[in-house]
Amino acid sequence: MNYQWNWGVFLQPTAAGDDIYLGWMLSGLQMTVMLSLSAWLIALLLGAVIGVLRTVPNRFLSGLAATYVELFRNVPLLVQLFIWYFVLPELVPASLGDAYKQSHPVFQQFLAAMVCLGLFTSARVAEQVRSGINALPRGQKNAGLALGFSLPQVYRHVLLPMAFRLIVPPLTSEFLNIFKNSAVCSTIGLLELAAQGRQLVDYTAQPYESFIAVTVAYVAINIIVMTLMKKLEDKVRVPGYMGGK
Amino acid sequence: MVYEFDWSSIPGALPFLWDGMKISLEITLTAIVVGIVWGTLLAMMRLSSVKPLSLFAAGYVNLFRAVPLVMVLLWFFLIVPKFIEQAFSLPPGTDLRLTSAMIGFALFESAYYSEIIRAGIQSVPKGQMAACQALGMTYGQAMRLVILPQAFRNMVPLLLTQGIILFQDTSLVYVSALADFFGAAYKVGDRDGRLVELLLFAGLVYFVLCFAASMLVKHLQKKYHPA
Repeated sequence: MNYQWNWGVFLQPTAAGDDIYLGWMLSGLQMTVMLSLSAWLIALLLGAVIGVLRTVPNRFLSGLAATYVELFRNVPLLVQLFIWYFVLPELVPASLGDAYKQSHPVFQQFLAAMVCLGLFTSARVAEQVRSGINALPRGQKNAGLALGFSLPQVYRHVLLPMAFRLIVPPLTSEFLNIFKNSAVCSTIGLLELAAQGRQLVDYTAQPYESFIAVTVAYVAINIIVMTLMKKLEDKVRVPGYMGGK
Repeated sequence: MVYEFDWSSIPGALPFLWDGMKISLEITLTAIVVGIVWGTLLAMMRLSSVKPLSLFAAGYVNLFRAVPLVMVLLWFFLIVPKFIEQAFSLPPGTDLRLTSAMIGFALFESAYYSEIIRAGIQSVPKGQMAACQALGMTYGQAMRLVILPQAFRNMVPLLLTQGIILFQDTSLVYVSALADFFGAAYKVGDRDGRLVELLLFAGLVYFVLCFAASMLVKHLQKKYHPA
């Protein structure tokens, strides 16, 4: 193989002339980070609510939460994304659908991607929250109730603070997954990191440099997130539990 | 104005969709088989006391787990065709997308399988290995006859669950326009202007298959490991 390596390609001006190719990569990186963080916020909040509902002593609510989790876990992310992006705007009331379709294309893509990734991940977070709550000794809940706390108070002051400290390691891996899964959103045209990489290939015919750069960027995100989460893990670790000090 | 559903393009497209489903299943099965074999080797390397082997396995697993599947697939669609064309002197432009997808999925999934298998091996009590050595078995014999059979029994539910995730992930071959089940559904929907119906239908099929499979895994787990 006689491939012409050219790492200088990143400093060349783009075909449109508005930027250098490195600028494209950086804006892709920025999009990936923004999308992942905002989706993570949705996933964490919604996941906590659904996870709690799965453990409450009410068959209707826990059944509803279980259905939610199964629904989002058994349909591929790509299919969910296409349903959010192509199908839902057709099914909602016309005024809402039209307003969506007339908004800025990047806004449409970002909104669909954020909601899709957020809800997809929330089902996984919910499972972790549930297993965290179930891992606590039964006595904790009973002691709370015996002290006169209401059930919501028991969750807020006793169960959830403990459960969240226990599930930091599995949440870390879900947090890493959301960055990786955000690459799927390139399929609806959102110009995040993977999409910018492909675009660069189309414009410059330097696939190896572009793919290596994108891969390195994902590995770097991975390392940064792991380092930060390790710090958090050490801070919130519960003494006396496996993995505790 | 309410959306009017028109499901009429689905019945005629069923043979085409079934061809797509066969491609999805083919990729899934290849990746599961190769993934488990190569994943077992990686797990054993990672646990081995030979430093270069364990470093290689750790590097392999961590690299594949840090990179999005979409990116891994793009890499394989770029590299594999060039490599195979040269190795077997095929005319350039031969359609190797399915081969590339299979190789990509198998190598990617083996990183995930190897982590499951490593945990499985580590869940077998140390005394078992010591007992094998006391009986005069070599390391290979101990692994093959004593440790791995027990480890695999503990891992079956996790391996199957990973298989379900893998089946869902095969939809990502969409990035190479390969007509797997999802790709086929998208093409039909796009052709007939019935994307809404076809996407919902695809979602439903995936849901039914994966939900049924996960119920089956739960059932097996209860049967063999009554908690």
